[in-house]
Amino acid sequence: MEYGLSVLGRRGVNFINTLGGLCILFFRFLCSLKDIPRSFRLIVEQLYVIGVKSLPLIVVISVFVGAVSAWQAAYQFKFIGAPLRYLGQAVGKAVVIELAPVLSALVFAGRVGAGIAAEIGTMRVTEQIDALDSMGINPVRYLVLPRVLACLFMVPLLVFFADFIAIIGGLVVSVVGVNVSSETFLNGFRDSFKVSDFINGLTKAAVFGLLVGLVGCYEGFKAEGGAQGVGLATTTSVVISCVLILVFNFVFAIILFRI
Amino acid sequence: MAYIRIDNLVKMFGEQTVLDGVNINIEKGESIVVIGQSGCGKSVLLKHLLRLLEPTKGRVWFEGYDIATLNHRELIGIRQRIGMVFQSAALFDSLTVAENVGLGLRESRQYSTRQVEEIVMTKLELVAMVSAAEKFPAELSGGMRKRVALARAIATDPEVLLYDEPTTGLDPITADMINDLIVELKEKLNVTSIAVTHDMTSAFKIADRITMLYQGKVEYDGSPEETRSTDNAVVRQFIEGQARGPIQVR
Ligand SMILES: Nc1ncnc2c1ncn2[C@@H]1O[C@H](COP(=O)(O)OP(=O)(O)O)[C@@H](O)[C@H]1O
Ligand SMILES: [Mg+2]
Repeated sequence: MEYGLSVLGRRGVNFINTLGGLCILFFRFLCSLKDIPRSFRLIVEQLYVIGVKSLPLIVVISVFVGAVSAWQAAYQFKFIGAPLRYLGQAVGKAVVIELAPVLSALVFAGRVGAGIAAEIGTMRVTEQIDALDSMGINPVRYLVLPRVLACLFMVPLLVFFADFIAIIGGLVVSVVGVNVSSETFLNGFRDSFKVSDFINGLTKAAVFGLLVGLVGCYEGFKAEGGAQGVGLATTTSVVISCVLILVFNFVFAIILFRI
Repeated sequence: MAYIRIDNLVKMFGEQTVLDGVNINIEKGESIVVIGQSGCGKSVLLKHLLRLLEPTKGRVWFEGYDIATLNHRELIGIRQRIGMVFQSAALFDSLTVAENVGLGLRESRQYSTRQVEEIVMTKLELVAMVSAAEKFPAELSGGMRKRVALARAIATDPEVLLYDEPTTGLDPITADMINDLIVELKEKLNVTSIAVTHDMTSAFKIADRITMLYQGKVEYDGSPEETRSTDNAVVRQFIEGQARGPIQVR
């Protein structure tokens, strides 16, 4: 019991340390924003590596997210006896507000956040970061700025696509599997669609992107030892990003979507 | 005051004391070689000169400035005047050899693309690596990486060069080429250099002065001639490479 508590306490202290470190890195990231013109080439490169290359994965998960949400909504409707003409509405709301931003961000944390932590972690343990410093090149400008900016811009863009594709996935399942006509589905979707929901979804996505980028960079910088340290940095970055995404998502729900 | 002055430097990692009050003065244009056993803190010592590590206690002075008190901009200024060859070469593995050598030049924004290309080729020629210019570090042998690292360190014509085991892992002929290059940089360009090594052939060739680090302190300091004939038992054991003696192999 006592041992359990002390482990819990140590974990808690570690987590608070990490949050503090993230805040400092965020501040340094903000300071480096003035160097955007100078790092333009690096930023464009990261936009491509981080954003464009994540698109196929996001497309695949979005199809299935939309599909399963239509199927499960129909199942629930049948259970409570709700009319199926509200199916488009239910799928649309769920996808735009929650499913597309959150699931895309979680997948993004697994793909991109882990990649950033592994890359920067390797650079740390092989003295490449020291080498940058020794040449008078600020690693925050050279490494963190391009990656975090790319995450910040690309996650909302990916979620934009995810929204669109998930709705199509839902539509297909409704027509083929549930026997709701495409007009009924789309009318339901259109009637309930609110621009503010859509914008809020993308805003959340931007914050999630920022979190994933910062956590990946932070854990990478903190890596020590060798391959083992890099592995640890990678898994830790995914775990912390995912926890923070879900916590922030709940905070957003309370702030943005007033009951 | 000396050009570079290491003043009572203490460095601890947790409970472990690596440097325990190191004092070294280095004059401009001097070439000093720090010898010592593996793990005695040579790399740690070098990293303090660039403030890549913060001292636990003590100071490092560069041209009369305590580098711990410099602000960000001043620190960058000093770092650009000091080049370092890392023990592991530390080449950027996402960049080609030529890009590695040219990075500092490009990022300093003082040279045109053409100038950068020219300088990169000159420096690669010095280390006989022109043919590998378009290769990535992963495609090079350890010795080749070391040479590229040296080319990168001298790309911006620094006033001070820090070499962390510049010849370790190189074949004797390439090692001698690197030694010649270090001597040439010192003689032609009056570069101040601090090299860390346990390769005694290299040490005798490039040093104006040899300093030995032992148990976290400076155990010995003298010219190469004095060092060859010293009766300090620790130094004798080290340069003669004997397992038996005052130094315990850990
Ligand atoms: N970042 C670090 N964290 C903890 N210990 C370190 C670190 N860097 C070096 N050390 C320790 O300091 C000692 C000296 O290391 P180093 O300077 O690399 O030795 P060498 O003389 O072979 O270059 C070693 O025992 C090493 O374990
Ligand atoms: Mg070393």
